[in-house]
Amino acid sequence: MTYDSLRHFADSWGLLILFVIFLLIVVFVFRPGSTKLYRRMSRLPLEDDKKEKD
Amino acid sequence: MTESAQMTRIGLMGLICLILVTFAALAHDSGFAIQMWIAAIAAAVYIVYLARRFPQGSQTDDSTYLDSVVKAGMIATVFWGLAGFLVGVVIALQLAFPVLNFDLPWTNFGRLRPLHTSAVIFAFGGNALIATSFYVVQRTCRARLAFGNLAWFVFWGYQLFIVLAATGYLLGITQAREYAEPEWYVDLWITVVWVAYLLVFLGTLWKRKEPHIYVANWFYLSFIVTIAMLHVVNNLAVPVSFLSVKSYSLFSGVQDALTQWWYGHNAVGFFLTAGFLGMMYYFVPKRADRPVYSYRLSIVHFWSLIFLYIWAGPHHLHYTALPDWAQTLGMIFSIMLWMPSWGGMINGLMTLSGAWDKLRTDPVLRMMVISVAFYGMSTFEGPMMSIKAVNSLSHYTDWTIGHVHSGALGWVGMISMGCVYHLVPRLWGRKELYSLRLVNWHFWLATLGIVVYAASMWVAGIMQGLMWREYDDQGFLVYSFAETVAAMHPYYVIRALGGVLYLTGGLIMAYNLIRTVRGDTRQEVPMGAFAAA
Repeated sequence: MTYDSLRHFADSWGLLILFVIFLLIVVFVFRPGSTKLYRRMSRLPLEDDKKEKD
Repeated sequence: MTESAQMTRIGLMGLICLILVTFAALAHDSGFAIQMWIAAIAAAVYIVYLARRFPQGSQTDDSTYLDSVVKAGMIATVFWGLAGFLVGVVIALQLAFPVLNFDLPWTNFGRLRPLHTSAVIFAFGGNALIATSFYVVQRTCRARLAFGNLAWFVFWGYQLFIVLAATGYLLGITQAREYAEPEWYVDLWITVVWVAYLLVFLGTLWKRKEPHIYVANWFYLSFIVTIAMLHVVNNLAVPVSFLSVKSYSLFSGVQDALTQWWYGHNAVGFFLTAGFLGMMYYFVPKRADRPVYSYRLSIVHFWSLIFLYIWAGPHHLHYTALPDWAQTLGMIFSIMLWMPSWGGMINGLMTLSGAWDKLRTDPVLRMMVISVAFYGMSTFEGPMMSIKAVNSLSHYTDWTIGHVHSGALGWVGMISMGCVYHLVPRLWGRKELYSLRLVNWHFWLATLGIVVYAASMWVAGIMQGLMWREYDDQGFLVYSFAETVAAMHPYYVIRALGGVLYLTGGLIMAYNLIRTVRGDTRQEVPMGAFAAA
């Protein structure tokens, strides 16, 4: 693999693959049912004191 | 630990100590000898510690969180912070008054400058990151730190790294790579420590009792993993001898430049940003007693930051031998970073919705909030400066220095000190801080210090850039370099004043925390109230 072919792969397929992975992540974040989990997770720092063991 | 295991450990440490002394004796240069003696003394101190505990060994209660190492981290954060701020003030004054270099090799600007940058980034920031990550990961996973006392090895190993790096700079030992000045043997040592850190963090995540991994831990983990990768690649080098300090990089020319700035900019992105965002996502909700504004946004924030930041490094090499397309790529990705940066800032600030009134009465929360505001400001300024047309004016000028400090003093410093103020009373079992009024003093001194610093460097830097590019009608440069330096003198004095304000705030913090640990409470009018007439 030459520098030139690597560089052209990077700005075409490489870019596309990474971008698609990113989009899939964003779609996954908006999946149905995630709101309930995220609502609970957003409160996690506030609830850990109750179980603090020290 | 059994008696024989303790004996083995003492024996092993004795062997290591002997090897280090042998290295010191055979060293090809005095710098290497001194550094090996420092490491040998550290090993010897550890042997004495082990021997004094023999034969009971150290008893630990595994049913609780391991918070003693977080406590040690708080002390180290404050100590190295003050040291780093102080050296910063000294070198700022050296730039204004060169006589302060004292004509000695150990005290000249060239050696003290990496001492300052490493002390604030790695010693102050690094200890704050390690300590808070240990605290946060235990709480959000509801699990004790993994692998017994390995976290203590991480703590002390990291302090040894700092001492070796710092003494090395003063002795003139440097591989001259920005933010990666320590030579090959220190690089190897910090790699070992860092792998241990990664193991402790991953192990704790592994045994978590909470099914979901809280977003702060994602940021911390990305910081640990990426820094490991950056450090190893950037420091690929061949030592001249295994008994001397000098090494040569595997890279040369423009490849070397790009590797250095791939490292350098991602040190900003993953050490000074991702790690501290981990702090933000735990401590801002905690202090405001409000849930994260949008947990979904925090995850999009995380992934977009990860996908974009790693490509932004080439913006440090505009108008150099670096291929044009790579410069443009660095610029484009830097500009795209506006989105995650501001998304994250908005998420942090909006976490206060419904609790804005707390800013009146809680200067610790105020400190965290202004840090997020400075995060927004410096992540706006950075991409703007990465635009080639702007960069042609700003590059190599003190505008860059101002930009770095609004991020470092404003974002990194303020969020770290806010977290320290939050944690110290909790860790030492005190009801509250010694004085919130003193926190308020610290807040205003630090804020004013940053504003003075950044504003003086804006003026100095832009003036400097404009003077450099000033041509007369004959096509000759109007100003000599020395004239630009002379023109900046007043701003250098003002900048040093900003640093003094910031350092003063830090000293007040240290006093406040010492009194807090001693269990004192200051008689004072509560924040938000007025003294009786």
